[in-house]
Amino acid sequence: MSALYQAAAVAQTGEALIRWDWVMRHDERIRALFLDHVELTAIPVLLGLAIAFPLSLSAVRWPRLYAPLLAGTGLLFTIPSLALFVLLLPFTGLSRTTAIIPLTLYTLLVLTRNIVEGFRGVSDDVSEAAEAMGYTRPRRLVNVELPLALPVIIAGVRIATVTTVGLVTVTAVIGQGGLGRLFLEGLRFRDTTPLLVGVAGCIVLAVLADLALLAAERHMTPWTRRARS
Amino acid sequence: MEFLVDAAAWFRDPHNWQGSNGVPARVLEHLYYSGVATLIALGLALPVGLFSGHTGRGGALAINVANIGRALPTFGLIILAVIMMGLGDLPIFIALVAFAIPPVLTNSYAGIRAVDPDIRDAAEGVGMTGWQVLWHLEVPVALPLILAGIRTSAVQVVATATLAAYAGSGGLGRYIVNGFAVRDFPQIFAGALLVALLAVLIELVFGRLQALVVSEGLAARTAQANADAKMTSAAA
Repeated sequence: MSALYQAAAVAQTGEALIRWDWVMRHDERIRALFLDHVELTAIPVLLGLAIAFPLSLSAVRWPRLYAPLLAGTGLLFTIPSLALFVLLLPFTGLSRTTAIIPLTLYTLLVLTRNIVEGFRGVSDDVSEAAEAMGYTRPRRLVNVELPLALPVIIAGVRIATVTTVGLVTVTAVIGQGGLGRLFLEGLRFRDTTPLLVGVAGCIVLAVLADLALLAAERHMTPWTRRARS
Repeated sequence: MEFLVDAAAWFRDPHNWQGSNGVPARVLEHLYYSGVATLIALGLALPVGLFSGHTGRGGALAINVANIGRALPTFGLIILAVIMMGLGDLPIFIALVAFAIPPVLTNSYAGIRAVDPDIRDAAEGVGMTGWQVLWHLEVPVALPLILAGIRTSAVQVVATATLAAYAGSGGLGRYIVNGFAVRDFPQIFAGALLVALLAVLIELVFGRLQALVVSEGLAARTAQANADAKMTSAAA
């Protein structure tokens, strides 16, 4: 129980968990790391979408592909992130690529699942009506089915984005990491201030990204808003 | 491909298979952290998830726990726990358990809620009590998702326990942390390989277990349930 006593002792001595003067002195660096974190989150999610879309559309067209696709992306998701980053080191070194490849792979499970579920949720009546109106298959896909599938697809993008914000911090170990660098700094100096700034920054980024995607969804699917009100 | 030769040499070196820093000891240590944390999380989260699913109360809580769990940076919080509470197993276990709870809680809740209300009505209609409905109907029907939640927790704890090596814990993460400290890349690579293998192995063992205990009529739901449950885990 010594750990609990120690925590209590820290609380009693009133040693500040967060020193605001440190935050003030490092505001430029924190801002730079935050922006770096945004970039390390956005690139994998966008790459993930570019890869997941063709995979998912094939699974919609050929339903037998869906189970193996879920199993494959699920197995990738199982590999601990630290291990996957490290396993890429011999190939891509301590580079941004080493961070981006696993982060992209991790988004595939959620994105694939939600893109497929989104398209599957489009009523057959709608698809048949579109076909009867003379839509070709590709145009029907883009102009009729995609907009109707968007809410489910964006729900997947939101989950993938929030998860990636957390995973980015682990890439600090291979010299990237965005706000995750503050974790290693806090660890080295046994200092809670950079750690708490990093944790808070991640949560703020996750919430902001989530709200932005929610707003984007509202904007792109105005009919759902009308139906709701 | 020189690194492969180096890594193979690392695995062939008998020194790496003996003592407290040997592969068997580190694997056992990793399984100990992961196993204890998963069991504690099960004890805490499963009753709450099943009960709130059964009564329909606390749904907002279950959903919020999942959302918050995803947004929290595991890596930072596990280091924070150790800095605030000092080196030792207790802060590590607290962090591991905290991150193992959301998948079990939210998936057992969602699994029970998803049971067809008509079947539940029928069970009550033939005179089953609340407990009987839970044990003989809801839990068996919800089993694919409940097990998928436990599986997700177990696999995620293996990943989190690896990160915990940065906060001073034992387990396979030590090879990665120690290896980085002395720039011993074969050791880092070997550690990562062992961690990846262990996680995949646990995933596959749970898959076999699911196949054994889930009713055949529900087997088709298992693949979907596993994919759904994975999304409730924190990033590690």
